[in-house]
Amino acid sequence: MKNLIALVPLLPLIGFLVNGLGRKHLSKGLVGAIGSGTVLGSFLISLYIFFKGPLSATPVRYFDFIQAGSLHIPFAFQVDQLSSLFLLIITGVGFLIHVYSTAYMHEEKREHFGRYFAYLNLFVFSMLLLVMGSNFVIMFIGWEGVGLCSYLLIGYWFKNIDYTKAAKKAFVMNRIGDLGFLLAVFWIIAKTGSVDFGTVFANVGKLTSADITGITLLLFLGATGKSAQIPLYTWLPDAMAGPTPVSALIHAATMVTAGIYMIARSNALFAHADVTNTVIAIIGAATALLAATIALRQNDIKKVLAYSTVSQLGYMFLALGCGAYSAAVFHVMTHAFFKALLFLGSGSVIHAVSGQQDIRFMGGLKGKLKITYLTFFIGCLAIAGIPPFSGFFSKDAILLSAFEHDKFLYVIGLLTAALTAFYMFRLLFITFNGSFRGTEEQRHHIHESPAAMTIPLFVLAVLSIIGGFVGVPDVFLHGGERLGAFLSPVIPEAHHEIAHNTEMLLMGLTTIIAIGAIVFAWIRYRNYKEEQNGSFGRLLQNKWYVDELYDSVIVRPVNRLGAVSQKYFERSGIDFLVNGVGRLVNYGGRQLRWMQSGQVGSYVLLMVISMVLFFVLQFFLRK
Amino acid sequence: MDIRYYLFLSLALFVIGIMGVLTRRNAIIVFMCIELMLNAVNLLLVAFSKMHHLAAGAGASTVGSEGQLFVFFIMVVAAAEVSVGLAIIVMLYRNTHSVDVNFLNRLKH
Amino acid sequence: MGITQLLFWILAIASLFSALMVVTSKNPVYSVIWLIITFFTISGHYVLLNAQFLAIVNIIVYAGAIMVLFLFVIMLMNLSKETEPQKNKWLRLIGALAGGCLMLVLVAALKDTAGKDAELGTGSIGLIQNLGSVLFHDYVVPFEISSILFLSAMVGAVVIGKKEERTGPREGNRQLVEDAKESMGV
Repeated sequence: MKNLIALVPLLPLIGFLVNGLGRKHLSKGLVGAIGSGTVLGSFLISLYIFFKGPLSATPVRYFDFIQAGSLHIPFAFQVDQLSSLFLLIITGVGFLIHVYSTAYMHEEKREHFGRYFAYLNLFVFSMLLLVMGSNFVIMFIGWEGVGLCSYLLIGYWFKNIDYTKAAKKAFVMNRIGDLGFLLAVFWIIAKTGSVDFGTVFANVGKLTSADITGITLLLFLGATGKSAQIPLYTWLPDAMAGPTPVSALIHAATMVTAGIYMIARSNALFAHADVTNTVIAIIGAATALLAATIALRQNDIKKVLAYSTVSQLGYMFLALGCGAYSAAVFHVMTHAFFKALLFLGSGSVIHAVSGQQDIRFMGGLKGKLKITYLTFFIGCLAIAGIPPFSGFFSKDAILLSAFEHDKFLYVIGLLTAALTAFYMFRLLFITFNGSFRGTEEQRHHIHESPAAMTIPLFVLAVLSIIGGFVGVPDVFLHGGERLGAFLSPVIPEAHHEIAHNTEMLLMGLTTIIAIGAIVFAWIRYRNYKEEQNGSFGRLLQNKWYVDELYDSVIVRPVNRLGAVSQKYFERSGIDFLVNGVGRLVNYGGRQLRWMQSGQVGSYVLLMVISMVLFFVLQFFLRK
Repeated sequence: MDIRYYLFLSLALFVIGIMGVLTRRNAIIVFMCIELMLNAVNLLLVAFSKMHHLAAGAGASTVGSEGQLFVFFIMVVAAAEVSVGLAIIVMLYRNTHSVDVNFLNRLKH
Repeated sequence: MGITQLLFWILAIASLFSALMVVTSKNPVYSVIWLIITFFTISGHYVLLNAQFLAIVNIIVYAGAIMVLFLFVIMLMNLSKETEPQKNKWLRLIGALAGGCLMLVLVAALKDTAGKDAELGTGSIGLIQNLGSVLFHDYVVPFEISSILFLSAMVGAVVIGKKEERTGPREGNRQLVEDAKESMGV
């Protein structure tokens, strides 16, 4: 079992090495097979572990990673209910996206194709490390690894300067969060002397509440960076510069949920930090609403999905803040299904219309792209929370816990749900209904994607439909909440004290609001024409000017500070010193050059003189 | 005989050798001066060996013979050195038609 | 003053004088001959110290073999004329001065040493029998190693001294020498 567990992350690592090193020699088919095959292998092993393996919180130790004084950090994995669930999501969705990529990236050159798959495999490896690690340090390795892969894949088309800038932005934003994470880990080490999950959580009682609040706030800062929450969310929409499968895998299904995973994993800590929970809930709700409003007026198909991802992540944090950890994990899972589906569907659309991403120049694709349309529609229904699709159950669980926790947050959640349904169906109608608005050339080119792309769409569509049934609430089915029960060894089960008819009422309300929003979208965007933006619309289209705000408040002053310090500290301080040393040596060398005349006689003379000097010196020293 | 006489005698020979190295430009003469210095040291070694033998008393028959053996080995090394050194000088002369050590400043480059 | 002391002083003065002549002779051939004389006087010192083996070896190896080698080389190169270009006068002065300083310092350093005696004319350690037994008992390995040293020196000398494929001095080198001579103002 120990070796089998090690094989899960090892297989993608092998794939990374083979593809990365052999990218110039292996054929595209082989690269795709290796890339997908290794992840498939991991998926199968994960399935085996999930069904057969003893899922326990006992870490599986491999070797000592760091040993310094009293600090022991083993390299160990922990495969319990939570991480095995994530294993399935990562490897399963990851495998589908790998398969999808073999077709989507087919026009790339061979070595770039290999590079792409190498990065993708490295990402899967890092992500697996993140969720399997049995202590904060191993998790941090994975945490950094996925950040790096995200950077590499956003900047995959590195010749486009805007894309590399987007990659840089994502990396820097992530680093800000990572710093928080790192400080939290240091704090934990300082206070408990260990980073092992089990030890740390067992010692929560010994920490003061100030310590817990500080640690959890710093951990949450890490989560905001990785999971794109206010104030560090702006990198995620820009990250759409990467290839669409990457957006689906990294920036929708897996990496961005790392923050959720981390907080769910540390629920023992967060359960004792009321201040932090309030902060998380507020920030989650605010992010959900803000991103949803921005998504209303975006015209780039991937940007809409990106803001929708930010918004859904906000939902998850709302759930975390309300203490509904299993609801958050549930939403992670369903979100992975339908958001990956939507991204892959958008990729299929983009593929069909020759790289066009602006939905204003699409329209009427319903007839040509039947499979894509159908699956995209299912994805939209799922994200909008229409029963019995998966999004309904998970979103409802979140809204329920928000209702219990705080009515105001619930209202925001409900509003966001309505907005979500509205913008998703706006996207759907503009893209697939009406008449085609692109060029003639594009019109001729429209075609359904190959099987390697549609099959993952099908699988994900099916998962989006049925994925919610693992968490059917008690109201509908006695002995429901299967997921919560399954996760209960890791996450304490939430007990709803709410009356069943109230719960039904809330569900009905959510559904009616969502359907109303869809109908409204149908009326407005059935036959899309160029719409005039009001002032509020422009505000939304420009994303509340948050990027500009960051630019003028943070980026430009920092740049100016950099310029000043470059001028004064760098040039006249450090450079002067460094160059001065060089110049001094140069000058000294030129002055001493006569000694190195190359003439043996003068060397002997110098030798004799120094001998004399030594003897004289010794005279004086002796007396 | 007082050892200091030998000391000063070989010192003087040694310094004469050094002066020769410092003042002459003919590579062969420089080389001979080095031989002279070696011999000065040899002389001192033999003198010391006899001094030690005397100091050790009559019973110790081989005390001090190491010094003389050392001289023997120095002679061996010197002979080897001379053969190689002279070969170098011959080659130098063949290439430059001169044995002036000042032309040997290619060490600089 | 006994006969040995007298002999010591005579030999000392002779060796110093001949050593000085080695350094000061203009003609290399004279230098070689003065050096041979120096070696003879040093061998005389060895005899006085009753180190007969070394005395003989000194004459055979140094005066006989090595110095003849020197003579050969000098005569082969036809250097017997007084063609040596003089060093800069100041440099010569500085060289002599530095040597003198070294002498002075060393004498000053050594003049207060305890004056032990070295035995003259007696003692048997310098005899070939004693030296041979010590050499082949205790110093066999260094002795063998020195034979390897000889062999390698021989090979080295042959390799270095071998004429290259092209006969005569190489043009490039000669040019370099000419340049150097010019730049030195010779």
